Amino acid sequence: MIGIEHYIVVSSILFVLGVLGIFINRKNIITVLMAIELILLAVNINLVAFSSFLHDLTGQIFAMFVLTVAAGEAAIGLAILVIYFRGRGTIAVDDVNHLKG
Amino acid sequence: MIQVLAFYLFAGLTLASGLAVILSRNPVHSVLWLILAFFNAAGLMVLLGAEFIAMLLVIVYVGAVAVLFLFVVMMLDIDFATLRAGFTKSLPLGLFIAGVLLAELLLGMGAEHIGALKIGTADGQNAALAGASNIEAIGTLLYGRYLFLFEVSGLILLVAMVGAIILTHRQREGVRGQNISRQVSRRPDEATVNTRPGVGEGVQI
Repeated sequence: MIGIEHYIVVSSILFVLGVLGIFINRKNIITVLMAIELILLAVNINLVAFSSFLHDLTGQIFAMFVLTVAAGEAAIGLAILVIYFRGRGTIAVDDVNHLKG
Repeated sequence: MIQVLAFYLFAGLTLASGLAVILSRNPVHSVLWLILAFFNAAGLMVLLGAEFIAMLLVIVYVGAVAVLFLFVVMMLDIDFATLRAGFTKSLPLGLFIAGVLLAELLLGMGAEHIGALKIGTADGQNAALAGASNIEAIGTLLYGRYLFLFEVSGLILLVAMVGAIILTHRQREGVRGQNISRQVSRRPDEATVNTRPGVGEGVQI
């Protein structure tokens, strides 16, 4: 039978995939943002799994709040990306050090 | 049995498409794999009995976030080949950190498995109502105990919307816009003149 461990393993692996995606796609900020979405999805799976197995709805409520923050983060991140591209003509982020003062 | 099969199908597809998101060369393909990952995660949540979160995942992530990503990827003219230049350079470090992280996470699970660590129990304050459907129970909690947090999350979305609009809005040069205050403050005597032109002379404006 499928227990909570199975879901925790799935969400752990998905979380690690997201972290790995941030590292190996460091230059491409669009893929970095997608990797962050994967991390948040892993967190959501974890929250909902515990909520279901403990028979307590708090996890599902907080999964909704995570969803809200993820949507806002994607919107702001892509807006910053668009204005950065408008100014530089590229989205290579490994040389973003204009704010070094 | 069918539940076990469905779990392995959804879990396997979620992980495989998550891997494809971070490995595919074309970001458009990445977004499409991301959509598949969201769909399968929604399937996992249906298996867990959280139908409302599953539907929310499909609507919010697939319907809004993934489409936003797709829109931006296709709108910007980006040379993605140069962006992948550092791929192999940072791969060993990324694999090392990911391996350490995964080992630590699985170590915690192993500790729980042999009994060194106990998963806590719920305090029962937010237990699902008896006989209520999932969405009904969530609605009771969301508009009751978590009402303030719910309103704050609405405020977060408002701030995100205003921020995104302010960031991307730009004033173009040479566009004849509408000056509403000038339009409203116009008076008839400065806007119209009475003339009596002679026949065949025309009017000088």
